[in-house]
Amino acid sequence: MDILGIIDYTVGWAVVAGIYAVFSLGLNVHWGFTGLFNIGIAGFFAVGAYTSALITTPPPKEELFEDFIFGGNLPELLGVFNLGIDLWFLLAILAAAIAAGIIAIPIGLLTIRLKEDYLAITTLGVAEAIRLIFLNEKWLSNGSRGLYNIPKFLGDWVSPANYNYLYLVVIFVVLGTLYLIVKRAINSPWGRVLKSIREDEMTAQANGKNILSFKLQAFILGAAIMGIGGALYAHNIRFISPITFDPLYATFVIWAMLMVGGSGNNKGAILGAFVVWGIWAGTAFLPGFFSDPSTRLFMIGVLIVAAILLKPGGIMGEERKISENKP
Amino acid sequence: MDILSKIKLLGNRIKLTPIHYFLLVVMVIIILSFLSVIKLELVVNGLIMGSIIAMGSMGLTLVYGNLKFAHIAHGDFMTLAAYIVLFILMVPLHSMGLQSTGLGPFTFGYPLLLALPFAVLIAALAAITLDVVIYRRLRDRGSSTVIIAMCSLGVAIALRGIVQVIWGGDIEQYPRLSKLYYQLPMDVRIPPDAIFITGVALISTFFLHLFLTKSKIGKAMRATADNTELARVTGINTNLVTMWTWALSAGFAAIAGVLLAVFQAQLLPSMGWSFLIPLFAAVILGGIGNPYGAFLGAMIVGVSGEVSTQWINPSYKPVIAFAILAIMLLMRPQGILGGKD
Repeated sequence: MDILGIIDYTVGWAVVAGIYAVFSLGLNVHWGFTGLFNIGIAGFFAVGAYTSALITTPPPKEELFEDFIFGGNLPELLGVFNLGIDLWFLLAILAAAIAAGIIAIPIGLLTIRLKEDYLAITTLGVAEAIRLIFLNEKWLSNGSRGLYNIPKFLGDWVSPANYNYLYLVVIFVVLGTLYLIVKRAINSPWGRVLKSIREDEMTAQANGKNILSFKLQAFILGAAIMGIGGALYAHNIRFISPITFDPLYATFVIWAMLMVGGSGNNKGAILGAFVVWGIWAGTAFLPGFFSDPSTRLFMIGVLIVAAILLKPGGIMGEERKISENKP
Repeated sequence: MDILSKIKLLGNRIKLTPIHYFLLVVMVIIILSFLSVIKLELVVNGLIMGSIIAMGSMGLTLVYGNLKFAHIAHGDFMTLAAYIVLFILMVPLHSMGLQSTGLGPFTFGYPLLLALPFAVLIAALAAITLDVVIYRRLRDRGSSTVIIAMCSLGVAIALRGIVQVIWGGDIEQYPRLSKLYYQLPMDVRIPPDAIFITGVALISTFFLHLFLTKSKIGKAMRATADNTELARVTGINTNLVTMWTWALSAGFAAIAGVLLAVFQAQLLPSMGWSFLIPLFAAVILGGIGNPYGAFLGAMIVGVSGEVSTQWINPSYKPVIAFAILAIMLLMRPQGILGGKD
């Protein structure tokens, strides 16, 4: 492989790692800051990806025997209002965030007042239910054939061969924006309430904080970020089907990323995504047994357990400070 | 005394116990099937499925009750045990020439009965080992139950990884002899292994009942589930109780895994993971830490899943189990038989 090929490969790898970093950031809002045990990331991922895909793909064509009935065709619809910079992309991302956030509301209302692990069981069930709905409701999602005409963001600007370079920039912009939003939120009084709830609910309640409301807000924020991750994924791969949302790729890996990187630390969450995805992609070059995808599955499990047992804070532990101004 | 207060008095005298409710439900099902609103066949198949869910959920509820965390790796213990039986059948027993199928009315042969106890033993030992290596350390450190639950998520992923590394991701099958379904009265057809599955489930449940009510360690387990601190100060060896809890839980999971593999006539690395939702639904229905409740909950989840296929796409069965779970969490989080929250 020549130098250019290596760079191309690295950029392609970084795009995926960057998308995972978005999920990891969302999970950090759930688990790292609020202590919400969500093992149904795949569900929010799927809702975000399908929402943005459905409102942007062209409507189904008779001659292809496509089963779904609604394709928003947003890029065509906006037409001249795209202003040459594909403004529809922002709308699609926003819609994905809103859809994932809306899904989070009933789940949160149902489980947040109960014990923590009920949330885990419920999110697990919701993720499976969402996957089954996208698999079986062909009118909605084209069933197992999936959606495959998802448009490219700024696809006319560069040649398809170099598109990853452009998309990497897009991902870093989105990731950076989300990072700043989450950082701002967590360092605000609102974020401090979340942390106090995570540490000791009783004390927070005694101080007059409405725990249910704060937890629900955090749950919705995290879910919305995961929805954005789903949209970024859909417009990168440009093909989604229910198989995409297998718990291994859409939930387990992200948990490993957060635990390795450091839950409670946004930089750690992003770093963890790159480290774990680096290990994941790196093992593919190892000989024989180690490049087997099943070995990686085993490794992901061991990573989570090892992180909890040996280094509960991950690579970067939580920053112990009250606010930006007072160290 | 007027008639109304007489009825009230009568109502006070008749205390409706869960048994009565159960009999009432059975009556309703029989009447409905006579009116051909629901197919009795689906109910019977639901009870078979319920027996498998019961095996898994009784083990799950023991861990949940005694160690206070949601053991997410439970489904993958089922998978592992099912594959261990496959290994014992295909390698040691096969080379010893024990490879018959179609024992009596069943599809499998006696080698499966020889392999099952080994799988139970291996699963129990694996669970105890994992507890010593991982969970005990976390408990001693004073980690919260959510952290321990998350650790079990890691264990679940790793166990599935082991299964996939050794056996690959393809569908496997126990050596079997295909047989016709049995035709019972009222248009009920049951698969040939149904008697075995329900039989094993009922016998194991009976032994669990004897163990919990008669043996010293069983009573200690119930006491610990009821109030861990109180159990400790009364001199119960909680470490021993924990070991027994894991052994029983994993043993039951092993039986559940093998029964599931026999019932579905296939083994998949994801079979246990995707079984988690019905398991947890049954546990929460019955009240956490209550094995009898879990048994009842399993039957409800199993029957409603099968009966729902009369109106709903069968692939939505896990969603039905999940819907039951959600309704329960909304209305009565402590479970139908009371139980502890």
